[in-house]
Amino acid sequence: MSRIIVCECGHKNPEGTILCEACGKPLQEEQSKSLLNMRYEGSARRSQTYNRTPIDKIWNYFSSVKVGVTLIILVLIAVAIGTIFPQEIYIPQNADPETFYKEQYGIFGEVYKALGFDNLYKSWWFVVLLGLLGTSIIVASIDRYIPLHRALKNQKVKRHERFLKKQRIFGTTTTADAEVIFVKAETALKEKHYKVRKEEGALLAEKGRFSRWGPYVNHIGLIVVLIAGVLRFIPGMYVNENLWIREGDTQAIPGTHNEFYIENHKFSMETYKKDDPQYKEALDRAGSVVKTYRSDITLYKAKGDTVLGEKPKLKKIKDFGIEVNKPLEFSGYQVFQADYRTDEPYAMKFKLTDKDAKKSFGNFSVNLYSPKENYNFDNGYKVQLMYYFPDFYFDDNGDPATKSDTPNNPAFIFNVKTPDKPKGETSFVAIQSNQAISKNNQYKLTFAGLDTRNVSGLIVKRDFTIWIFFVGAMIFLLGVVQGMYWNHRRIWLQKRDGEVWMSAHTNKNWHATKKDIHYLTEKTGLNEPSDQLEQKVFEEERGINT
Amino acid sequence: MSMVQISSALLLTAFILYLFGTILFTVSVTGKKFKSKKKASTGSRIGNFAFFIAILGFLAQVGYIFTRWSADGHFPISDMFEYTTFLSVMMILGFIIIYLIYRNNSIGMIALPIAVIVIAYASVFPRDVEPLIPALQSSWLMIHVTTVSLGEGILMLSFVAGLVYLIRVIDQTKRSKRTFWLEAVMIFLVCALGFAVISGIFQAADYSEKFKWVNEKGSEATLEYKMPAIAGPHDGEKISAGFGPLFEAPSWMNGVEAPKKFNTVIWSFISGLIIYGLIRLVLGGRRIGYALNKALRNVNPPLMDEISYRAVAIGFPVFTLGGLVFAAIWAQQAWSRFWGWDPKEVWALITFFFYAAYLHFRLSRGWEGEKSAWLSVIGFVIIMFNLIFVNLVIAGLHSYA
Repeated sequence: MSRIIVCECGHKNPEGTILCEACGKPLQEEQSKSLLNMRYEGSARRSQTYNRTPIDKIWNYFSSVKVGVTLIILVLIAVAIGTIFPQEIYIPQNADPETFYKEQYGIFGEVYKALGFDNLYKSWWFVVLLGLLGTSIIVASIDRYIPLHRALKNQKVKRHERFLKKQRIFGTTTTADAEVIFVKAETALKEKHYKVRKEEGALLAEKGRFSRWGPYVNHIGLIVVLIAGVLRFIPGMYVNENLWIREGDTQAIPGTHNEFYIENHKFSMETYKKDDPQYKEALDRAGSVVKTYRSDITLYKAKGDTVLGEKPKLKKIKDFGIEVNKPLEFSGYQVFQADYRTDEPYAMKFKLTDKDAKKSFGNFSVNLYSPKENYNFDNGYKVQLMYYFPDFYFDDNGDPATKSDTPNNPAFIFNVKTPDKPKGETSFVAIQSNQAISKNNQYKLTFAGLDTRNVSGLIVKRDFTIWIFFVGAMIFLLGVVQGMYWNHRRIWLQKRDGEVWMSAHTNKNWHATKKDIHYLTEKTGLNEPSDQLEQKVFEEERGINT
Repeated sequence: MSMVQISSALLLTAFILYLFGTILFTVSVTGKKFKSKKKASTGSRIGNFAFFIAILGFLAQVGYIFTRWSADGHFPISDMFEYTTFLSVMMILGFIIIYLIYRNNSIGMIALPIAVIVIAYASVFPRDVEPLIPALQSSWLMIHVTTVSLGEGILMLSFVAGLVYLIRVIDQTKRSKRTFWLEAVMIFLVCALGFAVISGIFQAADYSEKFKWVNEKGSEATLEYKMPAIAGPHDGEKISAGFGPLFEAPSWMNGVEAPKKFNTVIWSFISGLIIYGLIRLVLGGRRIGYALNKALRNVNPPLMDEISYRAVAIGFPVFTLGGLVFAAIWAQQAWSRFWGWDPKEVWALITFFFYAAYLHFRLSRGWEGEKSAWLSVIGFVIIMFNLIFVNLVIAGLHSYA
C-alpha cells in the first residue's frame, strides 16, 4: 500500500508528491532551492516514486522521455537506411529477390538483405521497434497525465507562502486597500480572459489550462494511428485485389464475394499531342507523355442469392470511366485504374479452303479464352476443335503441350468434317504453321487474322482502417496545436500582513505572461513583480559569451 | 512576350531584388556599430528599405507564379524547377511574417541570400512548360505541394534563425569543433551557389558530350552530359568528343540519369570550394563564420532562439498536414494506397520524426539555445536531402524533373 502524505493544509497527497496538490507547499526537502520546479505541478509521478519491483523498473524505463526520443531516433535511422537500396516491393518484377541485392550492390546488398532492410517495414525487429515506441508513448503519457490532472483539479486558490515566494515571478506591495485592489484586479484579469476564482484574501486567475492536455491528446492521436496499422493484419479490415479484365468481358469483382460485377467496355490511353504549342518543347525533350489512362466500365450488382458456379442476374448500377486519380467508388470499395495491356490476342480467325479447287467455304473465329468445340458451315461442312494449346510448346517427348492458360502462343488441332469425308481430316494449326496430321488432306485451314483486345489492370480496395488513420492524424494535429499555440498561465494574489503578494507561472511564453502582468499592475497600482530567474542566469545556461 | 517569358523575367527581377536586399540588410546590420547614436537610426531606416525591397521581390515572385500558372495550365509546382522556386517563395513568405512580428534585420541578412541560392539552384533544371502525367492530374497537387513547401519554407526559416544564433554565439577567436561545423554549413551553402554558377557557365557554353550506357530501367540508352565528365556512367562508353571521364560512377546510383547528376555534384563541390577560397581570400584568410560573427555582433541570441523555435512550432504541424496527411489522402486516390514506403514518403516521415525529436529535446529535456540551433541545422540538411538527393539519386515515384 502506498503511503499518503497529509499536508498541513489538510489535503491528502499520494506518495511521491513534491508539491502539495492543494496549497503547493513543498513536501520534499530538496525543494528548498531558490525556485520551485513546477514541472507537472510537482505531482506524484509513478515513475519518480517507485523503483523496487521489475514492473516498476519497466514502467520507469518506458516513461522516460530519453528512452522515447532514443526510440524515435532509432526508427528514424532504420527507415533512412531502408531507402539506400530499393525495398523488395520496388525491385524489378523479373528480378529474383534472393540474388538481386547481392548481384546489384555486392557485399553491402548482401548485408542489407541479411539484416532485413530489403523488407524493412515487415521485418520483426522493425515491428518490435514500433511496438516499443508505442509502449513508450502510452506509458509516458499515463505516467504524467494522471498525476498532473489530479494536481490541477485539486489546486486551491489560497497557496502556501513558500509556494508563492518561490515562483519565478513574485512581488509584494504594501497597501491598506487590498479589497479595492482585488476588485480592480478581478476586472482587469477578466478583461484579459482569465478565469478568476476567489477565496478569502486570495485570488487565482487562470487561463489556457486545456493547453496542458495538448501533449496527451497528440499522443492519443499517434496511438490511434498505430492501432490502425495493427488492424490491417486482421482479416476483413482490408481488401486488396488485382483485377485484369479484357474489353467486352464481365467479371465478378474480387473481394466483394460475388456481390458486384464489372463490365469493361473499353480501355483507352491518350497521349499529349506532339504539336500542342503549350507543351511542345517539353514533349520534344521527353518524347511522348501520357495524358489519360481510362477504363469505361459498367458496374452491376448481383440480384438475389447467387448460386455458386452459376452466373447470377445482374442489375446495372452505373456507367463510369475509371481514370488515374478518379477511382470508381461504391459501398466502401474503390476500384483504381492501375495497369493495362494493349492488343492482347483475343480470337483467331481461320479460313477453310479446298486444296485443289482453291475454293473457300468461309471464315470462323475461335475465342482464345473460351473456345467453342464445333464450327458449322453451309452444306454440312463442319470444323471440330479437338485440342487447344493456349501457350504451345513441344514437351520432352516431342508431344504438343501448353505452358499456361494464357494464349501467348496458341495452337490447335482441328478435325474438318465434310460430306465427302465424314470421318474428317485432322490438321495442326499454329501461328504461321499448318501441318496436316492425317494423310492427303483435301481441306486446308489457313490463318485469317487475329482479333485483339485491350486489358485493364484494376485494383480493388476496401480499407476500413483509412478512417482510423485519418482520425488519428487529425487528433494528433489538434493536440499539437492545442499544446503549442496556447499556454497555461496562472496569477496568484494573496493578502498577507498589510501586503499583497503576487506570483505567476506559465508553462511557456513568459514574455506574453509578463505583458498580462504589466497590464494588471497598471490597472491596480500593484508593484511590478520581478523575474527571479535573472537574465544573467538565463544567459549562462545558454552558454552566451558576453 | 509570351507568358513563360514574362514569368521568367519576373523571377529574374525577384532574384536581383533579393540580392540587393541582402546587401541592404547587411549594411543595416553591420553599419550600426560604427555610427553615432544619431546615425544609428539610419541602420533601421536601411532595414526598412531592405524589407521593402524583399516585399517587392516577393510580389515579383507571386507574379511569376500566376503568369507561369497561366502558361502551364496547372499550378506551377510539378517539376524540380517549379517546386524549388516555389519553396523559395514560401521561405520568403515565412521571413516576411517573422519580420513583421520581430522587426529583425539580421534574419533578413541570412534569409535573403539563402533564397537567392535556392532560386539559382532551381533555375538549373529544365524550365519547359510540362504537361501533367495522369497521376498528377488532381486538385490535390496544389493542396499537397503548397502545404508541404509552406511547411518546409517555415522550417528553413527556423534554420536561418538557428544559423544566426550559432554565428553570434560561437566563439570565433579560437578554432574548435563548433567553428569547424559552422564553417562546414557555410561551405555547403557556397557549394549550392557553386552548383548554380558552374551550371550556368556550361549551359551558356552549350557544352555537351554523350555516353552509351545501360539506364535505370535496364535498357541501353544515350546519356548526354552538359558538363565535362569527371565521373562517367558505370560501364558506359563515350560516343562523342569531350573531356574524361576520369572515373566511373558507382553502380548503386540507380536513379534517373544518376551518373550525370553525380558528376554535377562533383563539379558543384569543385566550383563551391573555389568560390569559398576566393571568399576567404577577400576576408583576409579568416573563416566566413568569423566575418559574420563580427557583422552580427548586435544580435540578441535568446530572440534568435525563440524565433527558431517558433518557426518549428508552426512549421512542424503544417509540414505534417501537407507532407503526411494530404500526401496520404492523395496517394490513396492516385496510387490506390495511402502509404507505400516510396523513398520520398519515407523521407517526409523522417523529417516528421526528426522535428518530433527536436520538440521533445526542447520541451522535455530543456535543449534550448545552441543545442536547439544545431538541431535546426540538421533539420535543414534533412529537408535538403529530401529535395535534392531523394529526387535525383534514389529512384522512386517522386523522381520528377
